[in-house]
This record gives sequence, C-alpha cells and structure tokens, in this order.
Amino acid sequence: MSQTAEAKVPVKEQEPLFSSKNRRLLTDPLDENNPITIQVLGVCSALAVTAQVKPALVMAICVVFVCSFANLVISLLRNGIPGRIRMIVQLVIIATLVTLVNEVLAAFVYDLSKELSVYIGLIITNCIIMGRLEAFAMGNKPWPSFLDGVGNGLGYGAILILVAVFREVFGAGTFLGFQVIPPFMYDLGYMNNGVMVTPAAAMFLIGIFIWIQRARNPKLVDVS
Amino acid sequence: MANTNSNAYTFTYAAVMTLLVAVALAGVSTGLKPLQDAAKELDKKNQILNAVAAVDKVNADAEYNQRIKELVVSEKGTVLSGAKAFDVDLKKEYKKASNDRKLPVYVYTHDDGQKNYILPLSGAGLWDAIGGYIALGNDLNTIVGSSFNHVGETPGLGAEIATDWFQSQFKGRKIADGAGAYKINVLKGRGNAITPVEKYPYKVDGISGATITCDGVNAMLEKGYASYAAYFKSMKK
Repeated sequence: MSQTAEAKVPVKEQEPLFSSKNRRLLTDPLDENNPITIQVLGVCSALAVTAQVKPALVMAICVVFVCSFANLVISLLRNGIPGRIRMIVQLVIIATLVTLVNEVLAAFVYDLSKELSVYIGLIITNCIIMGRLEAFAMGNKPWPSFLDGVGNGLGYGAILILVAVFREVFGAGTFLGFQVIPPFMYDLGYMNNGVMVTPAAAMFLIGIFIWIQRARNPKLVDVS
Repeated sequence: MANTNSNAYTFTYAAVMTLLVAVALAGVSTGLKPLQDAAKELDKKNQILNAVAAVDKVNADAEYNQRIKELVVSEKGTVLSGAKAFDVDLKKEYKKASNDRKLPVYVYTHDDGQKNYILPLSGAGLWDAIGGYIALGNDLNTIVGSSFNHVGETPGLGAEIATDWFQSQFKGRKIADGAGAYKINVLKGRGNAITPVEKYPYKVDGISGATITCDGVNAMLEKGYASYAAYFKSMKK
C-alpha cells in the first residue's frame, strides 16, 4: 500500500532542480523526442481538436497539467503499484485528475467548460499520458517525471497549435476567431480550403511536419 | 516490503485505491455542486435572453426577472397552471406521451410593450444532445433571434451552431409559410446564396462538414414548432 511506497522514497541526491539532464527532459519532447512526430502518440486527438486554434490551445494546457501531475503521482507510487494492475492504477489516476479538472472548470468557469465539452473527457484516452506513465514515471523519480510530463505536454501542444494555425487560417480564413484573410482576397476569387476543415487535413499536415523534421535531422529517420 | 505481486496485495491495493478515489471525487463533486448549479441556472437564463437580444452575463439574472414571464402549455394549447417553466426538462417531456407533455414558453416583454415568444428546443446532433431557444415575434412566425447549445459537437464543425454567425442568420426569417406549415430549412454546406433575407425567408446557410448537426437543428426546429402549433392557433384566435 501507499505506506510501503512512501517508505521507499529514495534518499535525496544533491542534483540541481534544473540540471542539464533535467532540462533535456523538458526540451527533448519539443523536437527530437516529440510525442506526436517521433513517438507517434496522441495523433488521434491531434486530428480531432485542431480545426481551430482556441480549442487546441486549451487542450494543450489541459494536457500539460494532467500529464505532469499524473507523472508525478505515479512516480511517487511507483514502488508500491502491483505489477499486474499497473495499467489500471495509471488509468484511475489519470481519470481522477481529469474529472477533478472538469468539476472545477464547471464550477468556476462554466463557459469555458461548456466550450471544451467532450475534450476534457478525451484527455483520459490520450495515449501520450499513459505512454509517459508507462515509459517514464514507472521507473523514474518524482521530479524528473514531473518535468517529463510538462515537456511532453508542451511538445504535444506545440504540434497541436501549429496544425491548428494552418487549419484555421486556410480552412476558415481566421485566427483565434479573427478574420486574417482580407475580404478583397475573396473578391479576387480566393476561397477557403474546405479540406482544411476536415480531420484529414491534420493528417497531411502532421505527415509534412514529420517529413520536414526528419529531412533536417537525418538521425531521427530510423528511430521509430 | 510486501510482495507487490501477491494476490492479496493486489486486491487490497485496488480496493483501497478505489475507495480513496471515490471518496475524494464524491467530496469534490458534492462540494462544488451548489456552485455548478448556480452557474448552470445563470447560463440557462442567459441563453433564453440571448434568443432575443445579447445581454451581459453579469446582468442576466436581473434582466431575466424583469423581462421574462414564464408559461407552461400543453400540446393541446391550453395553459397549465402550477408548473414552473424554468424547471421543465424538455428532453424528458419529449419522451412522454404527447398529451402529458409540459411545454415551456418564455414571454419576453420589450420596453415598448412588444412581446416576443421564446420557445425551447431539444434534439440530437452528431455526438450528443443539442438544444436551444428560438424567439418568435408577435405574428408567431417571424424569427426574432435564436440561441443554440450543444453537449458535445465538434469544435469548428458542429459546435458552430452555437456561434453568432450561425445564430444571427435566423433573425428576420420565417419559421412557417403563410398557411402555418413548417418551412425554414438549414441548407447543406456553407456559402449558399441566401441573401437578402426578404428574398429567401425560409433558408439558412449550413456548416460545411457538419451536415448531421445541421440536420439535427432542422429536426429540432420542426419538432419544436409542431409541438406548439395548437398553442399558437389558440393565440391567434
């Protein structure tokens, strides 16, 4: 049980909070170990929530929060979790955090919670979070795990927002709801690209991002 | 340390964890419920008012109390006393036999005494329930405004029904033809040539990529209009 886990909390080492190893935990997922383009996790929600920038932005914030705290909690409990039900335990922790976020949003910022509707719940099934719990938090100390969660959340969010910017600007001619393609362009025969509105466009865009990233950095090519 | 792979340990761990999580979540949920309910009630009042004119949400409560008179009518058109319109759950009412349904009407009074009739709507979108309010003018046919909401439509697609550009299109259009038959229709796809309003009083531009949600809006409007038909008839007499 949890007491046994606490008893096993390792002796504090004299490592600075933001040592270069820890900084890499934050920055690696932004590029060389990006959850979407390299680990190819979380692609499903990257297709679904990127039609507009605003939901993508909020989704990114929520995933950073849930991913980092789920990593932290699982890392604290890691020595006590029974091996055979570890996935279930991870899922319970994720679902609890997500439900808490949902309840708090509904009570204090009802409009926002209405706007996000299903996406909050969808975070539970975001494979990045469980992927990081399984791959990192189960075998690392709490602080690095927390940083890994923040880093992966940010890496995921960066791609999400990038895709959303392309999709919203070319699909609807707006950015965060504001018109950015000037009206005279439409008079000249410019049309919004209908494909950009559909999830298929996100797949093309992510494919192109992966291509560009690997063309620039050939050592990534056979990683996955 | 106990053997973390033993059956007893696994069962105990699962049981204790479930219990802790359940207590924590139940506590949070109960503790926040009054706040959530208040937020929901304010949101509903705001939506009802928005069907006629946009109001600042801060003033929604006062504005609602001042302007709105609540009524409950039956599908036969008689006004039912003793029921509170605001507490009626339309989705549940639609599941009852048509004779037992309680249908709320919110009567909005303008400063000049003119009245608008706000009707609640309830239907199904692509993923989940959709709903809304449509406000009709004195002739019970011209649409003064609309406000739609949804539980889980896709942002950027189906969720667009709750945005201004979609809702404001209804303004000035007619819900039924001269004979009183339902006629307004949300079209497939966006960018249909449907201006000016006077020339196309029964057409509303749709949303590209959200045809099923738009069909849901059509079905919801038609159903809503049909259930108030008898009440309107009695009003026009």
